[in-house]
Amino acid sequence: MSKFKKKSDGGIPAISTASLPDIVFMLLFFFMVVTVMRDTSLKVQNVLPAADQTEKLDKKDLVMYIYAGKPSERYQQQYGTESRIQLNDKYASVSDIQQFIFEERQSKREELVPYLTTALKVDKETNMGLVSDIKQELRKAEALKINYTTRQGSSLQNYE
Amino acid sequence: MARRNAPEVNAGSMADIAFLLLIFFLVTTTIETDSGISRKLPPIDDTEQEDVVLKERNIFEVLVDDAGNILVEDKLMDVKDLRQAAIEFLDNGGGKGDQACDYCQGARNPDSSDNPVKAVISLQNNRQTKYKNYITVQNELVAAYNVLRNKASNRLFKVDFTAMEKAYNDPEYPKDKKDKLEERINIIKEMYPQKLSEAEPKR
Repeated sequence: MSKFKKKSDGGIPAISTASLPDIVFMLLFFFMVVTVMRDTSLKVQNVLPAADQTEKLDKKDLVMYIYAGKPSERYQQQYGTESRIQLNDKYASVSDIQQFIFEERQSKREELVPYLTTALKVDKETNMGLVSDIKQELRKAEALKINYTTRQGSSLQNYE
Repeated sequence: MARRNAPEVNAGSMADIAFLLLIFFLVTTTIETDSGISRKLPPIDDTEQEDVVLKERNIFEVLVDDAGNILVEDKLMDVKDLRQAAIEFLDNGGGKGDQACDYCQGARNPDSSDNPVKAVISLQNNRQTKYKNYITVQNELVAAYNVLRNKASNRLFKVDFTAMEKAYNDPEYPKDKKDKLEERINIIKEMYPQKLSEAEPKR
């Protein structure tokens, strides 16, 4: 009786799937790290106008978002169709903007405050009056760096 | 008494659980970044300012009205022509003597701007103007500046201004080269400073 028995050649051995969880976990961690969850739910219509002379807003943690536009359809019963401003999760009035900017500044580290940018995400059908009011409030709050957030595309298509 | 062996936990479903989480994060991930037109607002200055007198020919007045019509110097203009008109105005270089502009390539029309440093574009809008029309005009005017800056930059340094600016804002770009880049950017910016004034809406 030999000690080294020949294996009975019974077909191909099954491939071990023991490392499958490891691979999946690796992918999982990757996506967990790169995920940025939407922290605000939009309550206004927000179709951005198109432009092509744009700059990227890279550092998301240094951006304050101000949304404006008509209330979304499900809120129109309650709030009408007049354009409104949205800060964080709720509708706000023009006079709330300064407070909002100060709160945002408080929440950031002091040395980063000068780099803060305000991104204006304004629906393309909004009247400029509201935008001018927002701009005026931002000037009062000395948040002078702004960015009109746009879609990528030829700006001429806004005129169609 | 022999210790009973704890039964082994079946790890076969671990992959399923991990997949479930993976799919959740796949769905919620947004990698794209926002982009837009960056502008700087003028600070509010309470001190009395002397009115700076600008010559009429150095001002390029653009008014966007409620219906989105563009009025340049009180004359109706199509959006498509706006960029070219702004370029012609900025690069006109009609000044004489110490106002002369040696790098301008415009028509040197004495009724248009003296030089790009003096030239101001004044953008006005009404309160009823639609935001999309305003952005279009902003975009075209910024484009006009970018065209001129790119041209000058290509002439001097054989590289696009927008490319230089992009490299400058890129944190990966080597630090030691940034000083040179900054110097070049500033030269171009001095040649064609962006003087885009936005007036408060009139109506």
